[in-house]
Amino acid sequence: MESLIGLLVGAPLLGAAVLLCGGRRLDRAGHWLASVLAGASFVLGAVLFFDMLGKDGEHRALHSHLYSWVPVEGFQADVAFQLDQLSMTFVLLITGVGTLIHIYSIGYMEHDERRRRFFGFLNLFLAAMLLLVLADNFLLLYVGWEGVGLASYLLIGFWQHKPSAAAAAKKAFLVNRVGDAGLAIAIFLMFTTFGTFAFAPVLSSATDASEGKLTAIGLMLLLAACGKSAQVPLQSWLGDAMEGPTPVSALIHAATMVTAGVYLITRSGAIFNAAPDAQTAVVVVGAVTLIFGAIVGCAKDDIKKALAGSTMSQIGYMILAAGLGPIGYAFAIMHLVTHGFFKAGLFLGAGSVMHGMNDEVDMRKYGGLRKYMPVTFVTFGLGYLAIIGFPGLSGFFSKDQIIEAAFAKGGTQGWILGTVALIGAAITAYYMTRVMVLTFFGEKRWEPDENGNEPHPHESPSVMTIPMIVLAFGSVFAGGLFKAGDSFVHWLEPVTQHSHGDSPVSAATVTTGTVVALLLGVGAAWLQYGRRPVPRTAPRGSLLTRAARRDLLQDDVNHAAFVTGGSYLTRSLVYVDHKLVDGLVNGTAATFGGLSGRLRRLQNGFARSYAVSMFGGAAVLIAATLLMRAV
Amino acid sequence: MSFPLLTTTAVVPALGAIATAAVPAARRTAAKWLAFLFSLATLGLAAAVLIRFDPDGARYQLTESHAWIADFGVRYELGADGIGAVMIALTALLIPFIIGAGWNDADPAPGEEEETENKRWRPTQGFFALILAVEAMVIISFAATDVFVFYIFFEAMLIPMYFLIGGFGDRAHAAGEAEGAKQRSYAAVKFLLYNLVGGLIMLAAVIGLFAVTSDQLGEGTFSLQEIARARASGELDIATSTERLLFLGFFFAFAVKAPLWPLHTWLPNAMGESTAPVAVLITAVVDKVGTFAMLRFCLGLFPGASDWATPVVIALALVSIVYGALLAVGQRDIKRLIAYASISHFGFIVLGVFAMTSQGQGGATLYMVFHGISTAALMLVAGFLISRRGSRLIADYGGVQKVAPVLAGTFLVGGLATLSLPGLAPFISEFLVLVGTYSRYPAAGIVATAGIVLAALYVLLLYQRTMTGPVKDEQVRRLPDLRVRELAVVAPLIALLVFLGVFPKPLTEMVDPAVEHTLSDVQKKDPKPQHPTAEQGWFDYKPAAPAEHGGGEHE
Repeated sequence: MESLIGLLVGAPLLGAAVLLCGGRRLDRAGHWLASVLAGASFVLGAVLFFDMLGKDGEHRALHSHLYSWVPVEGFQADVAFQLDQLSMTFVLLITGVGTLIHIYSIGYMEHDERRRRFFGFLNLFLAAMLLLVLADNFLLLYVGWEGVGLASYLLIGFWQHKPSAAAAAKKAFLVNRVGDAGLAIAIFLMFTTFGTFAFAPVLSSATDASEGKLTAIGLMLLLAACGKSAQVPLQSWLGDAMEGPTPVSALIHAATMVTAGVYLITRSGAIFNAAPDAQTAVVVVGAVTLIFGAIVGCAKDDIKKALAGSTMSQIGYMILAAGLGPIGYAFAIMHLVTHGFFKAGLFLGAGSVMHGMNDEVDMRKYGGLRKYMPVTFVTFGLGYLAIIGFPGLSGFFSKDQIIEAAFAKGGTQGWILGTVALIGAAITAYYMTRVMVLTFFGEKRWEPDENGNEPHPHESPSVMTIPMIVLAFGSVFAGGLFKAGDSFVHWLEPVTQHSHGDSPVSAATVTTGTVVALLLGVGAAWLQYGRRPVPRTAPRGSLLTRAARRDLLQDDVNHAAFVTGGSYLTRSLVYVDHKLVDGLVNGTAATFGGLSGRLRRLQNGFARSYAVSMFGGAAVLIAATLLMRAV
Repeated sequence: MSFPLLTTTAVVPALGAIATAAVPAARRTAAKWLAFLFSLATLGLAAAVLIRFDPDGARYQLTESHAWIADFGVRYELGADGIGAVMIALTALLIPFIIGAGWNDADPAPGEEEETENKRWRPTQGFFALILAVEAMVIISFAATDVFVFYIFFEAMLIPMYFLIGGFGDRAHAAGEAEGAKQRSYAAVKFLLYNLVGGLIMLAAVIGLFAVTSDQLGEGTFSLQEIARARASGELDIATSTERLLFLGFFFAFAVKAPLWPLHTWLPNAMGESTAPVAVLITAVVDKVGTFAMLRFCLGLFPGASDWATPVVIALALVSIVYGALLAVGQRDIKRLIAYASISHFGFIVLGVFAMTSQGQGGATLYMVFHGISTAALMLVAGFLISRRGSRLIADYGGVQKVAPVLAGTFLVGGLATLSLPGLAPFISEFLVLVGTYSRYPAAGIVATAGIVLAALYVLLLYQRTMTGPVKDEQVRRLPDLRVRELAVVAPLIALLVFLGVFPKPLTEMVDPAVEHTLSDVQKKDPKPQHPTAEQGWFDYKPAAPAEHGGGEHE
């Protein structure tokens, strides 16, 4: 069984290599090859999963050591995999949702001349993401970590001829690199503290190290998580990343890659458990982002950007839960999985809508689409009910658990976090209802574009709708399945530990609270968008609305802090290098050897003879000195 | 006496240089093929060096030693340690690619053809002969274990390099033909003067070393091994102040060559004005002699002084890393951008050397190799691009990926290697340098880590501005994609970057023992982790069962 783990990564990697190096011959079959390999990976994952179920909880982890990667004195990095329950959960999510999105893309990208390359990149992403969750040490994880960053870069910028897409891709990679630097420093710290960065030895002896060291490691890991998972303060790239084709937004920027930060923190639980200050930082980041993303989501008219704000916010929930320690890890992952289903479904639904609407993304130009796209409407609607936490659906169970755990953190912190999570739930219900109403209800608001082409909304082909239907099933049932008998918690417990904590409010109160929050949010949105006609152009809005449309000024802040200052700095350095450093070195040399005089005189055409005579001089000097020694 | 493999490895390209230069003017293509075959033969010999080298054997292998100038204790002494062997291999590896990429760079311009037929000046032959001459000298420099032999070739390679920079440039120069020739000439002389000044200062130190050894040992010597032996036995004991002066003399020359801030300003001129293959020759091959010599000579001959100078050198290396990267961001010229990126990378190499840890120095050695390959890939593709459009300015491009996707793709891979993407070889070396630096100097390690963010910035900006977006203009629209010859040059380099990124073990095995020798020269031991986790060796290590993961219990 161990040997299958390598194949899990190998299958999509092979696909990427073949598709990207294969040339045009593969244009006609490439997408099928990629989808089959993604599916093969899923089947392998399922085989390993059922094998794992046959063993008891404590002995489920598989290890596979492929080879010694970078053996340097005192430093051992291996290519070795570890498949435990936590990794398994991710493997199934990544390959399952990944395969569905491969299939969906066959239809979505049908008319793109570079479709082969698109599928090559998608396979590359799967391979990198699987490497990330299967690595048994932090350095190999880092390879997957940057690998998914590369795939994300390539896919956001897939339509490179659009300057906005190229800029968004670069921005995503750069912001992520800041996080990556954090991960690198965390690995340096582990290396100097423990002499290794393999999971097992580091995590099992984490408590040997001083709390200061662990806090430092934890904060650096958090920085990494912020980059990859688009958490404040490294959140600014996610909205722009919507420039990528919609299946990419569904797979990478909603269901899988952006949740890597949650994986990292959960995986490093032993470090965070022993570093309370780092945990506090984690919950603060989570809480701030969950509100931040939700507010942004309320103001966007671009359907994908509204969903991107929502993603940010939902991952905020997960990060918050992961920061709670053993009372939250399992719920963070549970919400991650259910979110994977419903958010991927929502994005695919958005893609389906755009597909039928001539790639229009402005929700103010939608309206009443439920009549034209019944399948999309139903699947999107189920995803909508799941994300707002409608009782009985997936999101209800997973989000409810996180809110409960937040209260269970105890003390003032618990109250604050719990309340923030509840407010977040209300805002979620508000902005998602807004999306739902603007898109599928009310009067039709589309109009011909400048060429006079009026969109003719139509349902998407079944190659696109079937994945949406499958994901809708997940959105409805996964949560209940996980909650039944606390099966999900028991499944993860051997890896993440679990404790119930001590909640000051009863579970029933929390559930009632979430339902009230949900009703408030839905009601507010209905009052604002459902009851009266929606203007085609956005009204000016309050100060907060305007700020939220500009992503709460994140880019303005970054621009002022880094871009303006940075370009001024580089420009002045170019000047300094040319005039000052060059001049100074030449000048210093001039005082010794008349260098600058020679440089000036080279213009007169004797440069060559100068150089030769200079070298000749050196030779004579050597000879003379040697002679003198000899005498 | 055993077969003098190292000498042969250097003599073959030297013979090739002579043979190529002798080809008649009309037989240009024959000259190219001749040069290429000689470079392949050299590669074969270098491969033999790698195979014959036993990583677990003596420190210096394949040694040769002959009396040369007996009166001054100069011996023709060669020997390869693991570091030297891989550097020789890198040199021999890159030259065929440089020749292949520069295949048409020295052809007379159309119209000039007739005139040159009858003249004695044969630029094509000269171009390839000079490249082979440089190769021969670089190989001797990597193999020399006698300081004097090293010095001679270290200096002598300036002459062919000077002619390569000054005599051959890009066809179309933005500032016009006459101005272009002027700038080329300026760049060549600047290169020469900087390096000559460095060399002269080193010469004083070389003579000083001779004086010290002849005073103390009765008989002067330049032999590394002899000096090391005498030092170990206590016969040689250089006074602290003398040692420091000698160190500075050597280090200055190497810092010019490397180049280290603030002695770097010749590099952007030289790399900008020369043709792309020559620029690769400068940064990937010739400059490596500087960083290599820091490891072998500065640390090997003057361990105490190296230790003394470390804080300053580390500071300069950090400045190089950040400063080089920031300047790369600000460049408008593709080649100068790559030159400044190289300055940043040389900062990493010097940092690794002077971190004085196994990971730092091992990483620095790998860095020399991997930077050579990655810069070659990036720069050669850039050269192909520049030769198509006849412009080095970034602003003259845009949307190239639309018309030449393979060119754009290979350019991106070269760029990703330059920004040390994991999975490609440079990541390994950069990470080792950083972790090795961090373990001894945490603050320096963190500052250097900023370099990885800046590297992403200059690489992706370059890619965005040249390759993405709408097609810039008609001239760009007509750019052809990579030709077969060009793809044949780039594809193996990319394959090598991937292979060594995934499986660097063959190299680390060569380099590791040599690094341990160097560290014992300077009497440094790696910092120990504060809480080592496992007493047992790594390979016996069995990962703990998952139950123990989060428990926080220590067995």
